[in-house]
Amino acid sequence: MKNLILTAAAFSLAAGLAQAQTVRMGTEGAYPPYNFINDAGEIDGFERELGDELCARAELDCEWVKNDWDSIIPNLVSGNYDTIIAGMSITDERDEVIDFTQDYYPPTASAYAAASEGADIEGGVVAAQTATIQAAHVAESGATLLEYATPEETVAAVRNGEADAVFADKDYLVPIVEESGGDLMFVGDDVPLGGGIGMGLRESDTELKEKFNAAITSMKEDGSLNKLLKKWFGDETTVYE
Amino acid sequence: MFAYCADPATLDTLPWLSCFLTTGVHFAFYAAFIKVVLLLAITAPVALAFGFAGAMTARSRILPVSWLGKGYISIVRGVPDIAFFLFFVIALDQGFEYLRHVVLCPDWDQPVRQGNDFLVCPAAKLPLGTAPEWQHEFYGFFLAVITFALVFGAFAANVLYGAMRSVPRGQMETAEAYGMSRRQAFWRIMVPQMWVYALPGLSNLWMVLVKATPLLFLLGVEDIVYWARELGGTKTPRFTDYPHGDWRMWYFLALLVFYLAFTRVSEVLLERLNTRLSRGQSTITKRAGA
Repeated sequence: MKNLILTAAAFSLAAGLAQAQTVRMGTEGAYPPYNFINDAGEIDGFERELGDELCARAELDCEWVKNDWDSIIPNLVSGNYDTIIAGMSITDERDEVIDFTQDYYPPTASAYAAASEGADIEGGVVAAQTATIQAAHVAESGATLLEYATPEETVAAVRNGEADAVFADKDYLVPIVEESGGDLMFVGDDVPLGGGIGMGLRESDTELKEKFNAAITSMKEDGSLNKLLKKWFGDETTVYE
Repeated sequence: MFAYCADPATLDTLPWLSCFLTTGVHFAFYAAFIKVVLLLAITAPVALAFGFAGAMTARSRILPVSWLGKGYISIVRGVPDIAFFLFFVIALDQGFEYLRHVVLCPDWDQPVRQGNDFLVCPAAKLPLGTAPEWQHEFYGFFLAVITFALVFGAFAANVLYGAMRSVPRGQMETAEAYGMSRRQAFWRIMVPQMWVYALPGLSNLWMVLVKATPLLFLLGVEDIVYWARELGGTKTPRFTDYPHGDWRMWYFLALLVFYLAFTRVSEVLLERLNTRLSRGQSTITKRAGA
């Protein structure tokens, strides 16, 4: 009986300790190499490794949550999880609804990939994922925008001829183009878009934001962030000075 | 899973496939089938209960109560399912949390709505932020059951309402002539007889419910359609030991077989039930079941 009470006390104590520290990290799980589901069914990728390291540095207890891209912001502000760490570019439109930490991935290029060299990226049909900066860019470029819910489908649209080209983060496209065996290629110039990638948080969550900002700064300073970037995106990728 | 799966790239087709189909993600896919069947098994009786309650209220002699039942039926039937599944669940979740917030944190002085953010005190969160992931998933599943039951309950209520009115008036008059009260006549004469009139409509509803389960993903529950899309998508060798092209067609073909088999089995069972319920009743009802 005494044991039981002790155990119960230990449990409630542990629960009390954890209460202050558990942070739920929301991600999409469909955007390699940023985040994806590995063979074992777990969330894996650059952001998984980065997020775990940030949580360790900020002394937070982190739990990973998968959420559909379309509803990823509504579920954050409604409190179903506490952060978005899903390759989300920092833009003014998003910043009005949620807050961002400093970028953990430098502002990068987006690129067009197509099935043939002569694909018309200015007047043709271009596929992009719904509610991304790329979709907004295509809509303004004069090309016909074809939106899909997942990144996977945008590439499939080019493969099966529904779209002339796909417009996405270059880092997402590089492995796909390289492994396609010549079926897909980059066309046109790279387009710099967005203000880098950061973690999204609720606007009211300033304390958590500061913790993550500090952790990101410390990873930038000791070079471990650059090491992670090179590991997941190759030696050619842009790193922090 | 198997010992020889250590280096899949060297394997022949069949052993490769045996390794591929037993990866962790595939088990998540198989578990999703159980999830869907479980959802159906729980939702159907709950929806029927909602429907029965709805039909009873709609028939009530007290006007406001009857308005309530009729209002429920027409509002839910009139709103598109997708709107229900996108907004109602978040609203329901926030409603629960707000109630808990009021009860559990009376001293909380900050507003619940701050700009776009919905903020309740940590103790009012459902499930608690510290709860393990399975509790969050269970809660999501629970919300899904309620939403499905509420939507399909309204349709079931309409079917049952019609079925209650189809029981021949003579049956009720006879019951009254025997001196039964309204309540007795309802439970002893009408309810046992109405099922046979309700069955064709209810079996339709069941079929629609089976096919509506892919809406689960809108509710954050990872169902079979989500996994089929995720697993079938092109996989490059860099991120998996089992690279393959666009296999979504095969996965969706498997889903097709599953849904066809499921609906076929349902048809057979419902047909049997109908024969059983029609026993000893006038032949018109047998035609209604066909």
